[in-house]
Amino acid sequence: MSGITSVMQDHHKLCDEDFAVAEEAAHKGDWAACAATYGKFRAELLAHFGVEEDTLFPAFEERTGMTGGPTQVMRHEHAQMRDLIGQMDAAMEQKNADGFGGAAETLLVMMQQHNMKEENILYPMIDQAIGQDGELSSRMAAGLAV
Amino acid sequence: MQPGLSFEQAPPISVPFRFFLTAPLFGMAAGLLLLWQGPAALASRWTGVALALTHLIAVGFMLQAMCGAMMQMLPVAAGANIWQPQRVTHLTHAGLTIGTLLLLAGFLSEQALFFRIAVPFMTVSLGAFALIVLVALFRTPAKGPTIIALRIAVFGLIVTISLGATLASAFGWQLALPLTEITHVHAAWGLGGWSLLLVAGVGYLVVPMFQLTPPYPQWFTRSFSVALFFLLAAWSITWLPLQRPDALQVALGSAAALLAVVFAVVTLRLQMQRRRKVTEPTLLFWRLAMACLVAAAAGVILQQLKPGEGEDYAGTPFLLGVLLMVGVFMPVISGMLYKIMPFLNWLHLQKIGKPGLVVPNMRQMIPEARMMMQFRLHLAALALLLAAVPLPLLVYPGALALIASCAWLEWNLVEATRNYARFSRELEERLAQEQVEPSPRPPSLGRG
Repeated sequence: MSGITSVMQDHHKLCDEDFAVAEEAAHKGDWAACAATYGKFRAELLAHFGVEEDTLFPAFEERTGMTGGPTQVMRHEHAQMRDLIGQMDAAMEQKNADGFGGAAETLLVMMQQHNMKEENILYPMIDQAIGQDGELSSRMAAGLAV
Repeated sequence: MQPGLSFEQAPPISVPFRFFLTAPLFGMAAGLLLLWQGPAALASRWTGVALALTHLIAVGFMLQAMCGAMMQMLPVAAGANIWQPQRVTHLTHAGLTIGTLLLLAGFLSEQALFFRIAVPFMTVSLGAFALIVLVALFRTPAKGPTIIALRIAVFGLIVTISLGATLASAFGWQLALPLTEITHVHAAWGLGGWSLLLVAGVGYLVVPMFQLTPPYPQWFTRSFSVALFFLLAAWSITWLPLQRPDALQVALGSAAALLAVVFAVVTLRLQMQRRRKVTEPTLLFWRLAMACLVAAAAGVILQQLKPGEGEDYAGTPFLLGVLLMVGVFMPVISGMLYKIMPFLNWLHLQKIGKPGLVVPNMRQMIPEARMMMQFRLHLAALALLLAAVPLPLLVYPGALALIASCAWLEWNLVEATRNYARFSRELEERLAQEQVEPSPRPPSLGRG
């Protein structure tokens, strides 16, 4: 797929990659390594949410007039995932491997089913509604660069 | 709203949970029956005891858990809404629970009356479930290999139910029917056409999701379910002349078994390529299941290549039955329950809370160490029951281990249910307190 959202799909993969490294470090009790990779993952994930909420979703809502639909569900799930990130932050601070692992596991399932819905349903809708938009693409790329 | 985007269509938590909490009880019952009968259970696959054991696991444990998972999964993962979910739940759960007991009583007592009751009762309840689910699966706008696999799987369930009802009618009303042939076809559709395709369809979604593996290759997902369906259908037709297995039948049966091996190998390969390095119970259960699937399929092929050999000896059927049910499907189901129940708990607790109010996470629902303990018990049960084929006395410790594994599973699932109740109470209390005296909320996370 080469639509405007392909960059978002690739970014999902990047987040997955860094999630896995951070989770493994916490599991091993290597908190220094975890702090580095978790910090990277955290920044990427929040940047991803930010690009969607501030740039991509509004553009889609503006073109289609669909403001209360799928984008609202996605925003709600972002809020749930931010809560889990909050739990992971706290566990990280206390070097609590159980707490970190539990919140990470929950975030993983939540994140994967969320990505699946975006990639299978919402992104194709967005691609169809927006088509190509160079200005929007560059704003998205700038937002994702952390 | 687009279907499949929201969890709002998910049924109340009690809908799937009642199925999940019932399933291990029948697993324990199977272990108890095996313990009571001892090596006699291995005498022949056609004894009432052997048939009772098979159905305690296949219907009591497997189908029970699978129906519960379908009720939960279809609206959420497949965008397929089930008509009258509450009523369908009551009917299906009763059909499965009472139906398993009726079959158990019928096989053990050999009284026709039980089958005469079981036939209309199970045909109506399970048949209605299968038809309603099939309609939902054809009406969903969602597409993809999972939907196709699930449609064929439910069709396979309908074939299984129809043939099962035919067999039970033959017992109930002394009909002269070719029982052996129908039983082979009934079992193949139940284990292959329904159970394996359900596992595959769900696996396409959850294997990449839980372990961060690459997706299943398209060449595989495009062809697997359709190919297995046609092979099974063609194989079933070769039974019609009611003769000894001929070359075509052996070829078709072996090809179907080979397909199962391909599924297992593809799944194991994906899991080896997983980006998530943490090893957790669900991964272990899946790996065990896929390894047993390879072994069982090899056994099926060998058995077909040597038709007639040891036909009356129950060793081979017992071995294959243990491999498929205790080795493949019970582990996959346990592994899935350990993800589904904690995640559903968390998801439903989210609805009570509000942003900033910390909801306990998945691992606080069932401690991981206790899932691992059940995995070890199950592994022991499997090893002992397989070893009981050459050493029949091992059936006693094998049965004990099976009871222990199912009891442990039940304990873990009850714990998850009790934790759900406890956490929802605690969350509601905290919410009520906050309304009386608003406390400073934890700092919310900035966006981006």
